[in-house]
Amino acid sequence: MVTASRADLPGATPGPGPAGTIIETEALVPGLIHRMRFVAPAIARKRRAGQFILLRVDADGERIPLTIADADPNEGTLTIVWQVVGLTTSKLAQLRAGDRLLDVAGPLGLPTHIEPWGRVACVCGGIGTAPMYPIAQALRAAGNEVDTIIGARTKDLLILGGEMAQASDRVLFCTDDGSLGYHGFVSGLLDERIAAGERYGHVFAIGPVPMMKATVAVAKKHGIAATVSLNPVMVDGTGMCGGCRVTVNAETKFCCVDGPEFDGWGVDFDELQKRLASYREYERRALEAHDCRIGLGGR
Amino acid sequence: MPRVKIDRHSMAEQDAAVRVGNFQEVPFGYDAEQAMAEASRCLQCKTPTCMDGCPVEVDIRSFLLAVEAGKFADAIGIIKNTNGLPAICGRVCPQETQCEEQCLLGKKKRPVAIGNLERFLADWERGQNGSNGDAKSAPAARNGHRIAIVGSGPAGLTCAADLARMGYDVTIFEAFHKAGGVLIYGIPEFRLPKSIVQAEVDYVASMGVEFRYNHVIGKLDTVDELLEQGYSAVFVGTGAGLPYFMGLPGENAIGIYSANEYLTRSNLMRAYDFPNADTPVLRGDRVAVIGGGNVAMDAARTALRLGSREVSLVYRRSREEMPARNEEIHHAEQEGVRFEYLCAPTRFESDENGWARGMTCVRMQLGEPDDSGRRRPVVIEGSEFFLPADVIVVAIGNGPNPLIAQTTADIATTKRGTIRADKFGRTSKKGVYAGGDIVLGAATVILAMGAGKSAARAIDRDLRGIPDPVEDEPAATA
Ligand SMILES: Cc1cc2nc3c(=O)[nH]c(=O)nc-3n(C[C@H](O)[C@H](O)[C@H](O)COP(=O)(O)OP(=O)(O)OC[C@H]3O[C@@H](n4cnc5c(N)ncnc54)[C@H](O)[C@@H]3O)c2cc1C
Ligand SMILES: Cc1cc2nc3c(=O)[nH]c(=O)nc-3n(C[C@H](O)[C@H](O)[C@H](O)COP(=O)(O)OP(=O)(O)OC[C@H]3O[C@@H](n4cnc5c(N)ncnc54)[C@H](O)[C@@H]3O)c2cc1C
Ligand code: FES
Repeated sequence: MVTASRADLPGATPGPGPAGTIIETEALVPGLIHRMRFVAPAIARKRRAGQFILLRVDADGERIPLTIADADPNEGTLTIVWQVVGLTTSKLAQLRAGDRLLDVAGPLGLPTHIEPWGRVACVCGGIGTAPMYPIAQALRAAGNEVDTIIGARTKDLLILGGEMAQASDRVLFCTDDGSLGYHGFVSGLLDERIAAGERYGHVFAIGPVPMMKATVAVAKKHGIAATVSLNPVMVDGTGMCGGCRVTVNAETKFCCVDGPEFDGWGVDFDELQKRLASYREYERRALEAHDCRIGLGGR
Repeated sequence: MPRVKIDRHSMAEQDAAVRVGNFQEVPFGYDAEQAMAEASRCLQCKTPTCMDGCPVEVDIRSFLLAVEAGKFADAIGIIKNTNGLPAICGRVCPQETQCEEQCLLGKKKRPVAIGNLERFLADWERGQNGSNGDAKSAPAARNGHRIAIVGSGPAGLTCAADLARMGYDVTIFEAFHKAGGVLIYGIPEFRLPKSIVQAEVDYVASMGVEFRYNHVIGKLDTVDELLEQGYSAVFVGTGAGLPYFMGLPGENAIGIYSANEYLTRSNLMRAYDFPNADTPVLRGDRVAVIGGGNVAMDAARTALRLGSREVSLVYRRSREEMPARNEEIHHAEQEGVRFEYLCAPTRFESDENGWARGMTCVRMQLGEPDDSGRRRPVVIEGSEFFLPADVIVVAIGNGPNPLIAQTTADIATTKRGTIRADKFGRTSKKGVYAGGDIVLGAATVILAMGAGKSAARAIDRDLRGIPDPVEDEPAATA
């Protein structure tokens, strides 16, 4: 006999608890890169590759954007993977199963534009592997052959190698220090492969701004179109504030509604890099004030 | 003393030098005695014209009579028969161009301070029972229809409250984590305390209206999906939240904000309380605000309160043409905002790290009137000068957010991107209504409320198959 699961019944709340409830957390790189799965049935049903959420941890909290790294529509859950860089991402890292995220809005942004390109290179730097994962899956589902290049400073910082191996036809690792795989940058490896005769119909690059800039430069040199996913500071994520503006092909775009993915050839990476520094001083102060309040002052 | 001899009562307010150091409300409001004395100035005209100036048809003459007699409970009841948000309207409505402009007393002397009295009554009621709720508006028996409202600004709140009162089950979908729209994220605390907005939102909730936060319609559910889910009608009150920029060179430098972002950071995200609240806002030493409307005034006055040493407001015409309310301009002047009239930026300048350091401006003079009837500003040759500023706020206006139009195939829009609606709020799509800034373009709280009100009536009529009244309702569409 087939019985419907609770989550399938109209109006039933899914088993694991109300929206925002955390089901599991995991440190991919302890203290630095974390993964979490939480309840968000409506978003899990709707989201497509390339989209993101905005979340708030607590009532004083900032709204921060994180890519939907994975979703399970049946179970009604989302997965996010993030790197601890400042106050909100470190608060997030302190949450455990059973805790609840205060606000989750999404799915935001436009889904990834996918075509049958034939063979595609997915080039990820650092935490960029997390947003690349759903894109690689979607590219594969659309019939593309996916070569993934994952880079990190050193092998302990490499994440999602196993997941990416499943989502790709081929995975290649790079480390800055040569501790694993190719010794050097992802852009360097991409360049070598293309020079050696690999043919890519399209390149996707996600990672730190300098990494995306270098990778796009390689793609452009070989005449290959490139898509990048940009990460400016956001507030509302719905096109209301203009804080996320980026320059693409000499036009101002709002990353949250026009992106977050753009034609890499046209992106003004230098401007993006500068704008990301906007609140550095304030963020340092916020983190210090927070550490004082929870008794970590003077570390 | 004959009524006409009494002078209009002004409200006591925080001293300008003190208030630039805090975010508390500027005017203190009337006390009971002042309120009664002010209401006694009303001439109780046989055919009162003041009501013609009120988009939500408040029975002004009757409520003033009740105030004069000290019957405050009756007075607030009269207002709330047609206006569910009196504490808000009493504070932010441009009465000088609405009810008060039509006041007969205003022909000879200063008009009755209708707005101040409305504010007094709402505050008095909250002081009595801690809320602006009252038994008169208790919801009718449920009729089984579900209505979806998109956006929780004044248009959405009013439409929701009216429908709930008629017996509908209403759900408001709001993109943010708080309700109120511009009232919460745009208008600053010192002009409209957030606790007051919250009290009125709580009142709407107490009528059984359900609020779904963090729910971006067009992304999570579309309007079509809401209809498929069994909502009998959808009201779109998504406002005009799309910030305009000037398109001048250098505009993406660090420190150049849209007024929306600057005010949202400070109000909704409470950046003024940083680092107790986590969201920062750049607190420039010298701030320049570009524009001349209420939004520009709010940004400039916020900048002062965030501790900026010098705040300039750059406007390309003269004080005469400035669209902001007189009271706001006056308050900004008192607080020390420097007004640069007949002045316009031509490019933004930044340092090598991308931080704004000011703008190149030109001086203007007024030429012949343009299409708007206002004299056109013309650049004075050779008048270029440099205005230093480390934070610049662009407050030149907002357009309608395109999200709903983009994700709802059969909803007609205008060239400007606003949703087309008839005077009752009906859009080109069956079952879908719209009103407020999304239809009018950036307008006012009271017009948004008026639109929410007439849409609620139209929704009710359409669902019950009743024809529109022959006599016109107040126009919801300009
Ligand atoms: C669409 C989008 C998707 C994203 N997806 C992910 C993701 O899947 N995983 C992930 O780890 N991060 C992702 N980010 C980046 C993430 O939003 C930031 O790391 C986060 O906002 C930092 O918050 P914080 O309070 O911890 O740090 P803050 O205290 O705000 O900042 C700490 C430092 O990080 C820099 N910074 C601030 N905001 C950003 C930003 N948006 N991007 C990069 N650096 C920033 C600051 O300059 C500062 O030096 C995404 C960003 C965007 C716009
Ligand atoms: C700074 C400032 C000062 C002002 N001062 C005054 C004043 O003194 N007096 C006056 O009368 N008027 C003033 N106005 C104008 C007035 O606030 C607006 O005309 C009024 O708020 C419009 O109401 P609304 O309900 O149409 O939209 P809004 O108040 O804009 O509310 C729209 C709501 O819809 C939500 N939303 C948008 N898109 C979606 C979506 N897709 N899904 C779900 N939710 C969505 C938004 O988050 C918002 O909460 C001011 C405006 C600003 C910006
Ligand atoms: S985050 Fe506000 S417009 Fe994109």
